Amino acid sequence: MRPFEYVSPTNKEQVAILLGERGSILAGGTDLLALMKDDVVAPQRLVNIKHIDQLRGISYQPGNGLRIGALTTIAEFAEDANVQRYYPVLADAAHEVASPQIRNLATIGGNMCQRPRCWYFRNGMGLMAKTADGKSMVLAGDNRYAAILGNAGPAYFVSPSTLAPVLIALSAKVRLYSAKAAGSGVRELPLEKFFVIPKSESEPEHDLKPGEMVIEIVVPPPAQDLKAASYEVRQRAAFDWPLAQASVALEMDGSTVKSARVVLGHVAPIPWLSPEAAQVLVGKSISPDTAMVAANAAVAQAKPLSHNKYKITLAKAAVKRAILSAAGQSTGGAA
Amino acid sequence: MSEYKWPDPATRPLLGKRISRVDGPLKASGRAKYTYDYNPNGLLAGKILRCPHAHARIVSIDSSAAEKMAGVKAVKVLQQPGTEIFWAGDEVVAVAAVDESTAEDAIRAIKVQYEVLPHSVSDAEPPTNVGVSSGPISRDDFEDMEDNQVPDEQVIAAIKANGISFKPDDKYLKDAQASGVDPKVVEALRAAKYAEATTARSPYKKTAVQKQGDPDKAFTSAAAVSEGLYGASCITHCCLETHGMASEWPTDKDLVVHVSTQNLSGIAPQVSEPLGIPAGNIQVLQQYIGGGFGSKFSPDRWGIATAQLSKAAGGKPVKIMLERDAEQEVAGMRPSGFARVKIAADKDGKLVAWESRSWGTGGVGGGGSPPLPYIFEIPNQRKQHIAISTNQGSARAWRAPNHPQAAVITMTAIEDLTAKMNMDPVDFITRNLELTGPREKIYRDELPIAAELMDWKNKWHPRGDKSAGPIKRGLGLSLHTWGGRGHNSDCDLTIHPDGSVEIKMATQDLGTGCRTIITIVAADTLGIPLDNIKLLIGDSRYPVSGASGGSTTSGGVTSSTRRAAVDARDQLFAKVAPALKAQPEELEAVNATVRVKSDPSRSLRWKEACAKIGAMPMTIRGKNPDKSKPPDLTNSGVGGVQMADVSVDTETGIVRVNKMVAVQDCGLVVDVKTAESQVLGALIMGISYALYEEKILDPVTGRMLNPNMEFYRLAGIADIGEMKVHMMTGKGYDERGVIGLAEPPVVSPGAAISNAVANAIGVRVPFLPLTPARVLEALENGGTHATV
Repeated sequence: MRPFEYVSPTNKEQVAILLGERGSILAGGTDLLALMKDDVVAPQRLVNIKHIDQLRGISYQPGNGLRIGALTTIAEFAEDANVQRYYPVLADAAHEVASPQIRNLATIGGNMCQRPRCWYFRNGMGLMAKTADGKSMVLAGDNRYAAILGNAGPAYFVSPSTLAPVLIALSAKVRLYSAKAAGSGVRELPLEKFFVIPKSESEPEHDLKPGEMVIEIVVPPPAQDLKAASYEVRQRAAFDWPLAQASVALEMDGSTVKSARVVLGHVAPIPWLSPEAAQVLVGKSISPDTAMVAANAAVAQAKPLSHNKYKITLAKAAVKRAILSAAGQSTGGAA
Repeated sequence: MSEYKWPDPATRPLLGKRISRVDGPLKASGRAKYTYDYNPNGLLAGKILRCPHAHARIVSIDSSAAEKMAGVKAVKVLQQPGTEIFWAGDEVVAVAAVDESTAEDAIRAIKVQYEVLPHSVSDAEPPTNVGVSSGPISRDDFEDMEDNQVPDEQVIAAIKANGISFKPDDKYLKDAQASGVDPKVVEALRAAKYAEATTARSPYKKTAVQKQGDPDKAFTSAAAVSEGLYGASCITHCCLETHGMASEWPTDKDLVVHVSTQNLSGIAPQVSEPLGIPAGNIQVLQQYIGGGFGSKFSPDRWGIATAQLSKAAGGKPVKIMLERDAEQEVAGMRPSGFARVKIAADKDGKLVAWESRSWGTGGVGGGGSPPLPYIFEIPNQRKQHIAISTNQGSARAWRAPNHPQAAVITMTAIEDLTAKMNMDPVDFITRNLELTGPREKIYRDELPIAAELMDWKNKWHPRGDKSAGPIKRGLGLSLHTWGGRGHNSDCDLTIHPDGSVEIKMATQDLGTGCRTIITIVAADTLGIPLDNIKLLIGDSRYPVSGASGGSTTSGGVTSSTRRAAVDARDQLFAKVAPALKAQPEELEAVNATVRVKSDPSRSLRWKEACAKIGAMPMTIRGKNPDKSKPPDLTNSGVGGVQMADVSVDTETGIVRVNKMVAVQDCGLVVDVKTAESQVLGALIMGISYALYEEKILDPVTGRMLNPNMEFYRLAGIADIGEMKVHMMTGKGYDERGVIGLAEPPVVSPGAAISNAVANAIGVRVPFLPLTPARVLEALENGGTHATV
């Protein structure tokens, strides 16, 4: 690891100044430190935000919903009584993240901001790795885990967070803060807008202005008849990244779907909101057939690369199973 | 005359029982210290600059900036300008510095210019028009064959047929034999015809067709013929403790090394030559090792570098442990092995013909050729193998070299034929056991036990689970064998006049229970408790014992210990006999006493007996082999049967192992508990390579894309299902003597799991690992095509 400066402010107003041009925010550190040890990134300064108490805590109010401080660890989040009671789909997804050791350190804010697992990126070739003659290494090389949606290029990685698709399905918002920004310095975005597909190596994959940081995630109160579920296709039952994921939130009117949000994970450079799948479900009652039609709609625009056609099948299975599981129906014996 | 043979069940209080490993508490509590944990005061951090290109020539090296850097104590160029590099990650320069970050800074400050050369990392099926290699065998070819454990008879045949293009002198031949090359192979080299090297270098080396019987006729007249594609991708050893060594020079002439090795007694000879110092001046130390699996026999270039760096740094200790990515990329791999197979049986389900065109890679050297067909001596055969040279870190022996690939190719082809004939594989295999030669009886004993433990009769169904829903369940089985004769081993056993017993042996315990079985044999023979024995291993100053490879350790160390303990006991009897008014041969050592067999009331407690030794302790050397002290206490050739029960999700291609059954023979089982543990470990390792492990090489950069433990997946606890192990013991097994157990149980899991998946989903997934992509592809295409 290369040498770096280390500062540890106690209030969020100091962060933007301390970050400067080449600083990085350090929270749980489970991703950042690994990237630094592998010399993939080399920030000049780490700004440790773990002593900013304003960024801690989870609260739930019936009218306002859930507020999750950015420093909340995944383990705290998974164990929180209100999360388990009002948003069991979130608690379940949090329990599936990484390993117990990582869940004890990693934070919600960090989970949103973590960098992609693309092996060209992690092996130091860059997020838009190029061959000597300027072609995409991902296209020319082994892209078995790369994107099947939103993959017009030059970004082919997949968004790594398994919590973001669930939060987006639940219409969560992210609150960002920078002391340098105008007014209160707070900016609030629908979470899906926080993720962007970069067009060049120098662009970030998050909508974060210089000096800005994630301070909170806000999840609206669940509708009376909300049915939600998430499904991860994982090769290993032990700690593994999903090969495809789907998160579904259905607002029901009796047995009919009034509105729906379907979000796919690990198939695109961003959590992939699929209005096409949602549209199929609206006005229908859930059955294996409607779930399959929605699943097909979710991947209708998918474009396989040379090694990842199977991911279309996996994404379909994930969408179908998430829908059936949300509706409390059998997914055919699959775990 | 002393009686060395293994005692009968009635007279062995410890041997063959279920005993917890003696170093378990140390390991579980973290007090066991590994090479990785060796961090003396003043330790310098060693780092290696590695070539980033899969194939290149070093043009120039400028290390001047690194040498001038504060905190840098030594810089050593390992490969000079002009050298051709054949794989990414190969070592170019080593540095030692006061700490790791300074060493990393120094590495970054070294400028190396490379001429990048074209690389090839693909082990896809070779084109059919590859010519048969007929040129003389070069020194590299020969050493590659040995590294890849090509069977001796194949090496000898190749030397005889093609001649050699190098002139091995006496020293070369002597060194070859010392490093483990079979004397018959050495003889073949000595007698070989010399021929000028041929120039063309093809990535493909094709063997001549090997034929026996009349395969064409046999296929024509067979009742059923099945054709298929089978194989397994390259995997790594993935040792949890990476390779590494620490060196220091207490004086100008004396070197002490701590090394993570399977070959404690063999390290000094390998270090002495490059350093130009006598082997006797080198002390090699290691108490615990975090995995080797066949990849840790050599000090390696980085190990030698620690000694060179230490010397240059005034003798201060220098340690290099490989980073995880280097471990995965350069510290050994298991060759891939693939084949197109045609196999046939007669109307009674007897195997009559085999034809295979196999290929695989083990790095630049090409790789070993799996012994096909595996286990079954099918009367009519035609086979040919192509070794593919690829630009990646070379193959090293991987637990049961070539056998898992052979099982994956053979047992799957047999299962496909069985399915075609609509037979139960247990029945089919049973009908063909006479083709397994000397192990027929073992398999005949084991198969029903395995079937019982798996509840095969109730659970097995013909190919293709017809139940509703996406989850399909299936069963599969596989057979395996291995040699496992005990290696050369010397053991010094000392009985002190105070009754304490000490054993010294320059061996190593790879986590297999070696310490435990040595202690059991000695305590059992002397009739004293385990904790009465102080076992000293892991120091090259102790009597020499062989490398732990090829399942040779258990047979070796128990045999030498048994002989030492019997001789020591009998010499003690001679000293004690007058006090008990008996002849030495009338005495026995039981329950920590020495007593008269016919009159146990005439006895001395162990301590009292040992006091008769006199003032000086008594040290006895036991050896294996030792023809002067028969019988042979070790043996060779074990058999094992494994069965797998899996569930396959046909919508996602995810395979889950529900249950594995392993029935295993290893002759006389010294400790049932550690033996079972070894089989359990093999099953877990087998599930990993069956479902997850793959060394993925990038066609663009030639580099390994998953040199980590994130996308180089190993099975976690949630992935291994239920495991049942049954060790064969008693008559027919005990009297064979002690046989090693490390390799055999890891051979079958891949084939058994692949067969279970085929039984579940109705089609063959050709290659391991059985990834979702491959399973889905097989479901779509019917298993006739496979993505490598």
